Parts: sequence; structure tokens; C-alpha cells
Amino acid sequence: MIAILDYGSGNLRSAQRAFATSGVDVVVTSDPATALESDGLVVPGVGAFAACMQGLRSVNGEAIIRERIAKERPVLGICIGMQILFQEGSEHAENGNHKGVGVWEGEVSRLNAPILPHMGWNSVESESKSTLLKGVVGESFYFVHSYAAKKAVGKMQGWSFHGEKFLAVVEDGYVSATQFHPEKSGDAGLALIKNWVSAL
Amino acid sequence: MTLSVRIIPCLDVTNGRVVKGVNFTNLVDAGDPVEMAALYGAEGADELTFLDISATVDGRETTLDVVRRTAEQVFIPLTVGGGIRNVSDVDRLLRAGADKVSINTAAISRPELISEIADRFGSQVLVLSVDARRARTESGFEVTTHGGREGTDIDAIAWIEKACGLGVGEILLNSMDADGTRAGYDIGMITAMRSVSKVPLVASGGAGTLADFAAALDAGADALLAASVFHFGIHRIGDVKSYLGSHNYPVRAVAAR
Repeated sequence: MIAILDYGSGNLRSAQRAFATSGVDVVVTSDPATALESDGLVVPGVGAFAACMQGLRSVNGEAIIRERIAKERPVLGICIGMQILFQEGSEHAENGNHKGVGVWEGEVSRLNAPILPHMGWNSVESESKSTLLKGVVGESFYFVHSYAAKKAVGKMQGWSFHGEKFLAVVEDGYVSATQFHPEKSGDAGLALIKNWVSAL
Repeated sequence: MTLSVRIIPCLDVTNGRVVKGVNFTNLVDAGDPVEMAALYGAEGADELTFLDISATVDGRETTLDVVRRTAEQVFIPLTVGGGIRNVSDVDRLLRAGADKVSINTAAISRPELISEIADRFGSQVLVLSVDARRARTESGFEVTTHGGREGTDIDAIAWIEKACGLGVGEILLNSMDADGTRAGYDIGMITAMRSVSKVPLVASGGAGTLADFAAALDAGADALLAASVFHFGIHRIGDVKSYLGSHNYPVRAVAAR
């Protein structure tokens, strides 16, 4: 069973349907026990970094993510759900960066591009063997974000480009993340979701 | 690793059906919105836009149901516009499965609605739909309401600058002069708005030939919306993408699986 963590994030319905296409049971939940015990936990996220962290803390999500990683249970962060896994974020941070969950070192900062958000379909490239990108290397996925992580973390990185190169995919043991929205990325996105589910 | 241009079919929905407008008045039934959305999705549409033109509360409920059913089976971004007046309207649409909402008249009468929506849900959900026409305002382009029938005396450039400052995530620029003519997008208008918009710009109104799509991109559009050329079968989405791809514009190829 897959749990999609509900902490006030907008459109979870289509995420639920997208993950269900892999043939697994999917629940949208803010119940800590379910989120902790599920075979895979999806951490979605929309809006700003700090608001997202606030929502996450309100359902004890930070502790749940840490405990799952300690117990070697898979977690997948999507979009802002990826960004908050980093140490800190500079979005709307007038007095020092906002703190993230801190699974990975480094910060999430504004993309240096003339037009933001980076909105639409962009391809992802990877130099090493990827579990998530199996069969969909070089295909395009749907992005919508203005901030991103730009330094390599984890064991496998997939990169994309908008004004500058940034991290589009990270795989690091039991934690994976995508800056794009696989649940909005058509057949390529559904294939990536299936890759994650199959590896659980 | 280049951002592709987006091709976006627009479906006008009323009382649960897609309608085709001919000269704004003769609405002809064009089919089931969920089926059409799935078809356009399979053909390689990069996003879908539903424009809710229902005038009744019942019609709006039906449209929410259409959004729900579409979001269940089409896994590309869905924008819904029409009749959105407040934050609760946005919340209902997002919960039904919309990824973005587009606002127009309500933002003109109360611009702070833009920041209210952006603060609550993030700029990325908010598309500002601008119905503009050529007029004697400072930039030569005026914002209109009621499908281009009523002027506002608001200069389109000033409005876009203001809206970007309030937090819109994208501009949908509809040329009321070009709308439905199939004589080409309003290139002058796209060029003018591109010069002030720091957010993605979706061109709408006037798509006719395949070269029209390329011309709008040359003028600075990031995405291209069209309705009648797709609904009437003049072009298929794949035709537009093949044409643009062969002229070196970045498009998303849709692999057969």
C-alpha cells in the first residue's frame, strides 16, 4: 500500500489516480501510523517552501520522513516535496534561509532564468544508472517551479536546464525525489511511477 | 534539456458538454469533454484548458464533475477558467482535480484577488486571462470584458505589469480582434506583452495555418492555445508539433507505448 501524505497540499486526487495505475492500493492520508507503515510514502507539495514546511510539521511529517528513512522504508518527494528534503530554502527568506527536513545538504534557491516559473515539459539527463528513469531516459516531464537544488546529492542524479542546470531527480537509497510532477507527465510520468512502485 | 513549447487545446464547457461557438452566438454541441480531453491527451496535447461558460449554478456543479472525471484519467495539467470569483471557488476546483485556474473579470474588478489566490495556493496555480483588443490606450491595447464586447479603458501593458507584481504565475493573452478569425495570432500584441511579462505567456486567438503557430513563438509566446482549428479537425495536435519540430522549435514528442 502506498500513502500520499496529505498536509493541505492542493490537488492530491490526480496523484492518487496516477499512482493507482501501477495496480497498488493508494491512500491519501495525514494519519501518522499509516504514513509510517505504508510500503511507500509519497510527499507531494505545492506553494512556497516555508508554507510547505509549516504544513508538513502540522501533521508531524518531518519526524515521519526521518523515521521512515531510519527504518529503511521508501519515500518519494515530488516538486516542493523534493525541495523540503534539503537543508534549507531561500524562497521568501528575508532573514536567513528557511530550514528544511535536512535529508540532503545544501540549499534550494531561485533559478537564474529570465522567465519564471519554469513551466512546462523539459527533458532529464542522467549519467548514471537510474531506477526511476528506466525506460524513460531522455523523455520529457512536466515542471512548474521557480526554485531548485543545483548541487549533486545522493547516489544518482538526473539533471535538467532552465537558465541554469538543476537537479531534476535524486535517488539515494530509500529516498527518491523528482522536481517535476510525474503524476502530470503523461505516459512517461506513469512509467516512472511504476518504476518506483516496482522497486518497493 | 530545453523547455518545450506547449500546445494547449481549449474546450468551452457548458452544462457538461463541449460547445463550439460560431460568431459567438451559434453554439453547436461538439462532444463529451472527458472523451475529448482523453483524445487530445493521447494525441500529445501538453496541457488542457476548460473554459466553463455555464451561466447557472447547476452548470457550474456539472463542470466540477467534468473536472473530476477528466483528472481521473488524463495525466497532463488541467487549467480551468470561467466564473471564478473568490478563493473558495479556486479551492473547489483544485480539490476537483484542476492544476491551475484562470481568472479574468473578477481580477479586473478586484485586483487583490490575485494576491489572495497566490498567497494561499502559490503563483503556479494562477493564470491571468487577458482579453485584449487594439484601442487608443497608451500602449494601443485595451483590456476588455464580456468576451471583448465591453471596454475597460485599462491599458493591457499596465494591467500585465500590475498583475505580475501581485503574483500571477502565467498570462493567457487572448486577442479579441483575432479570436475566431483563423487569420493568425496578433503578433504585435504578443510582442508588446512579452516585453513586460516576466512569467510565461500563452498566446490565444487567431490560429489558422501551421505557420501562424511558429509566428507566435517568434514573437515571444511560450505556449499556444487554440480551439476551433482542433475541434473542427483543421489540424491535429501532432501536425502542429511535427511542423514546429521540423522548423527547429523544441516540442515534446509523444512516444507510442
